[in-house]
Amino acid sequence: MKKLIAGAALALMALTGTAQADGHNYPDRPIMMMVSYGAGGATDFQARIVTMTAGNEDALGMPIAIINKPGAGGRVGWNWFATQAEADGYTLGAYNVPHFIAQSIKGGVDYSTDSFEPIANWGADPAVFVVAANSDMNSMADVIDFAKANPGKLTFSGAGLFVGHHIAALQLEKAAGVKLAYIPNKKGGAGAMKAVIAGDVMGGVNNLSDAFRAQAAGTVKILGVFDVARNDFLPDVPTMMEQGYDIDNASVNFRGVMVPKGTPQAVIDKLAATVPEMFKNGRVAGKMKAGGSPMHIMTREEVQAMWAKRQETLTTLLEGL
Amino acid sequence: MEFLAWFGPVFEPWSMMLLLIGTIGGLILGATPGLSPTMAVALAIPFTFRMEPVHGLILLGALYTSTVAGGAVSAILLKIPGAPANIATTLDGHTMAARGEGRRALQLSFISSLIGGVIGVFLLIWLTPVLAQWALAFGPSQLFWLAIVGVTVIATLDSKSVVKGLLAGCVGMWLGTIGFDDIIGAQRFIFHPSLSGGIHIIPALIGLFAIPQVISMFAKGRTASDLQSAATPRDALSAQASGVLGAGLGWISSIGASFVEVFKYGRSLSIGTLVGSIVGLIPGVGGQIAGLVAYDQSRNFSKEREKFGTGHPEGIISAESANNAMVGPSLVPLLTLSIPGSPTAAVLLGGLIIHGIFPGPDIFTFHPNVVWPFINSMLLGQVLMCFFGIIIAGMVAKIVKVHHSTMAAVVLALALFGSYSVQLSMNDVFIMLCLGTGMYFLERWGYSAAPLVLGLILGPIAEGNFVEGATIAAAQNGVFEYFLRGTMNKVLIALALASIAYAVWISRRTQAHGGQS
Repeated sequence: MKKLIAGAALALMALTGTAQADGHNYPDRPIMMMVSYGAGGATDFQARIVTMTAGNEDALGMPIAIINKPGAGGRVGWNWFATQAEADGYTLGAYNVPHFIAQSIKGGVDYSTDSFEPIANWGADPAVFVVAANSDMNSMADVIDFAKANPGKLTFSGAGLFVGHHIAALQLEKAAGVKLAYIPNKKGGAGAMKAVIAGDVMGGVNNLSDAFRAQAAGTVKILGVFDVARNDFLPDVPTMMEQGYDIDNASVNFRGVMVPKGTPQAVIDKLAATVPEMFKNGRVAGKMKAGGSPMHIMTREEVQAMWAKRQETLTTLLEGL
Repeated sequence: MEFLAWFGPVFEPWSMMLLLIGTIGGLILGATPGLSPTMAVALAIPFTFRMEPVHGLILLGALYTSTVAGGAVSAILLKIPGAPANIATTLDGHTMAARGEGRRALQLSFISSLIGGVIGVFLLIWLTPVLAQWALAFGPSQLFWLAIVGVTVIATLDSKSVVKGLLAGCVGMWLGTIGFDDIIGAQRFIFHPSLSGGIHIIPALIGLFAIPQVISMFAKGRTASDLQSAATPRDALSAQASGVLGAGLGWISSIGASFVEVFKYGRSLSIGTLVGSIVGLIPGVGGQIAGLVAYDQSRNFSKEREKFGTGHPEGIISAESANNAMVGPSLVPLLTLSIPGSPTAAVLLGGLIIHGIFPGPDIFTFHPNVVWPFINSMLLGQVLMCFFGIIIAGMVAKIVKVHHSTMAAVVLALALFGSYSVQLSMNDVFIMLCLGTGMYFLERWGYSAAPLVLGLILGPIAEGNFVEGATIAAAQNGVFEYFLRGTMNKVLIALALASIAYAVWISRRTQAHGGQS
């Protein structure tokens, strides 16, 4: 028995002993990536696709395994990542902007943009405004006209509070100067979409990728995109700006990879150089396109700039809420 | 009958192999506490990346079918429901297994799963367009009332007294409010950081059911009288096991007897299948409560009402036919409207999309070559599930013969592993242990876990839909108008009232007969 324990201890030491990460032999064992949403959601689904080639020799040479820490709109996962995750390069995390930034401004969480080091961005999913396929409204002007005639009566769904959809809703209210009834849905984007299709609400803010599929299925109409430019998936749908509402891309759901603050610089450099290239893999692009998930690859420097800008916009927007 | 034309791809060698892997793997995963159908499917999706879409979906369909049924194994033998769908199965299944009839309980459960499951898939095949509209009829107000109907079941569920049942249900609903509330943007009852994510249903389920057992098994210790009592049920099994030939014949005849028994209780089978199919259709409620509602209903209609909870076959038959009948209909809103009706369906949606298949009303027109084999594979998967399930039943049923000091250690290990593996979080393990220890004392005072868990599941559904409905109503004509208008709301309210009246009547009658409570 003693021998067995000694053997097990030796084996453990062998496993952990080499875990010291420096730029040279990193990574020498599989890497874990935390996703703060449940399995099967858009973030989880995309994270699995973009990391599927990590094991290739021209990428990291080691596979990335996804673990889910869902709860409280992502707060549980990001709290864990900021306070408990090992900063050794073997624990990556997926970020969602504006979610985690908006939550940190609102308070009650253990993280802010200073708790994390961005590595690279893989996707940008703008919010869109949808109405049911049988709705009388055919443009944002119709929506706003109704809202102006019936202040506070236009019900529209979204995935919760302090997420991209909520930000988009706030921007729309501000830009159009009307009062709307935003109905956050406890079941997230899918629940919010169901509320639109079933007619529980008059319209909704939802993810472009999900709305694109719903429109293809013939259940909704997409009236406008909350982004600075039209999207490749929906070349015929005008942006909010084109329809006369001063709304930028603050609500666009940027998804990417980060590590906890305190990760060795050599590891960050290696990841920052490799990961964006890994996202460019043709198979990844194919799967993402098939899934209707818009890709938007950004390097570490670009993401740092984007985080800083978002921090500024959201602080102003969420003031007084 | 179009589906018949698409059986070809399912019978190709590679598809058949995947179907077998999916079924057997699913049974094993399903039987492991903590590995719910949702997780099993999520874990398998990366393996389908490199497959042809049709092959990938055959694997996922087989997995979904058999993990739901596999959950009954641990529910019956260990009294740990593998997933919320199997809670009701523990009530009679485990009692029957504890009597030494584990094999019979498992056979009944797999046969009822097969029948319920096949009917469910046929509903998916024939009635999809009609049913899709029905699924949409459930908005926030209807879902709220549906949850209230579920809450009224609590009163009469597995408790010695109505009051204790309701109290346990209230505690469960309170536990359901713990965590960060996104809608009001506040933290509720977070006494410790590990509670910030709320109480996840699977660790709660494992703790509440498994830990009280582990404690009482350890508490019993190794006494002489106890060894004797452990030996009694062994006789029944060893009698059958005498001689290989005898055992084989006994086994086959026992399967036959189980089939006869399932059909003998045709009423429970039909109620289970009907309730499972209807509840399965409703997005957001799905399989979690199908088993419990079916169990309750078939008890209300049974002639042998008193036997429920004592290892009565009807209890197993109704619960298991319901939770497999839910599988087919739960895919209706997913396939036709792209609305995932259950967590598992949400994961399956990911599996479909990754292969470039967008669900929608015309999915059967655009992708018949993938969708029909997928549905057919679930049909065939049900049969394989029952076949292998019965084989496994013969092997694992002997678990109840294991001495309880060993058993306690095994169950504890499974409980720790199962609750950790849900979200790879130690917090869940602590929550599981705390809830379980609390439940041990509650059980001693005559409370039981089933109403508590039901409260934990239904509380958030009722609350979330009420808040959503109330916010919508505030922009329209007010809360009362919103929650009371429409036929569906009125029917659901009537059902809830009838259920309460029934509970009161039962408790009055028990008192009149000089019952203990």
